[in-house]
Amino acid sequence: MSEVAVETLQTPHDEAAATEKTVVGFWVYLMTDCVLFASLFAVYAVLHHNTFGGPGGQELLKLPYVLVETMILLTSSFTCGLAMLAAQRRNKQQVLVWLGVTALLGLSFLGLELSEFRNLVLDGNGWRRSGFLSSYFTLVGTHGLHITFGLIWMFVMMFYVAKRGLTNGVMKRLTLISLFWHFLDVVWIFIFTIVYLFGSRGI
Amino acid sequence: MNDKSETIVIEHPHHETLSLPKYIMGFVFSIGLTLFAYSLATHQSYSKDFIMGTLAVLAVVQFVVQMVLFLHVGSERKPRWKLAVMFLMLAVVLILVGGSIWIMNNLNYRMTPQQIQQYLKSQDSL
Repeated sequence: MSEVAVETLQTPHDEAAATEKTVVGFWVYLMTDCVLFASLFAVYAVLHHNTFGGPGGQELLKLPYVLVETMILLTSSFTCGLAMLAAQRRNKQQVLVWLGVTALLGLSFLGLELSEFRNLVLDGNGWRRSGFLSSYFTLVGTHGLHITFGLIWMFVMMFYVAKRGLTNGVMKRLTLISLFWHFLDVVWIFIFTIVYLFGSRGI
Repeated sequence: MNDKSETIVIEHPHHETLSLPKYIMGFVFSIGLTLFAYSLATHQSYSKDFIMGTLAVLAVVQFVVQMVLFLHVGSERKPRWKLAVMFLMLAVVLILVGGSIWIMNNLNYRMTPQQIQQYLKSQDSL
């Protein structure tokens, strides 16, 4: 269904049905994105012992640091939900506040991750060092890239909410960004468990 | 589309199923499960196999918690397309990841590095 058609529909019934269709379509994208991440997880699972004489996960990955990252991302997922609840009550101010908090948490997550990457590369443990590091950077980096796009999208949505208010079109897009953000949190659980927690025990 | 909506009974649109208790529950469970998994992993006295099994279970539990409470899986009306697509995704993921690990381990098991070297040499001479 084209964008124009959605905006010009008359009855709330039609709008609800149209939103639902869009949500299902976006859901299909999220699920295919899961398959993308699964293939990167498979590559990581196969390569993560191939350290080429260099350090492995046990030596390189700092667990307490990553726990902080994880807590920040979990909290941002929660505040994103609070933004959606505020949107449901049609409270524009609160939507902006909670989206802002979510974006700030997302930014700090991204900052922590990038500084982790930077330290690894500066220590000579970049993605060219070994199969383990190549697959590590690809998997975690792809998640970071998703976070980056999610943040850009979130700032655009804050602009839309401030400028247009909570119209049906804006509400629909808010539903999509919240799904996207929660989805990235779900992917991170598996990165945290498989790459970091397993890695810390040399599994 | 317009004609149709006159005849069918429309329930609440998608976003009206949200509720604060669900989000709070999801948040508390996620934090709790993460901290529990972390404390298990940092506890040196447990064996690797035990850690691997428990952490995998905890990750799956958290996956289900977040899918239900944050991504509202299962709360949609029939026909449940989201649920159907999710199960297709899970099947593909299991085949992809399980299959890769299985076949690569098998290859590893059947071929030592020496054998691989010998094989490569024999291919060179051809």
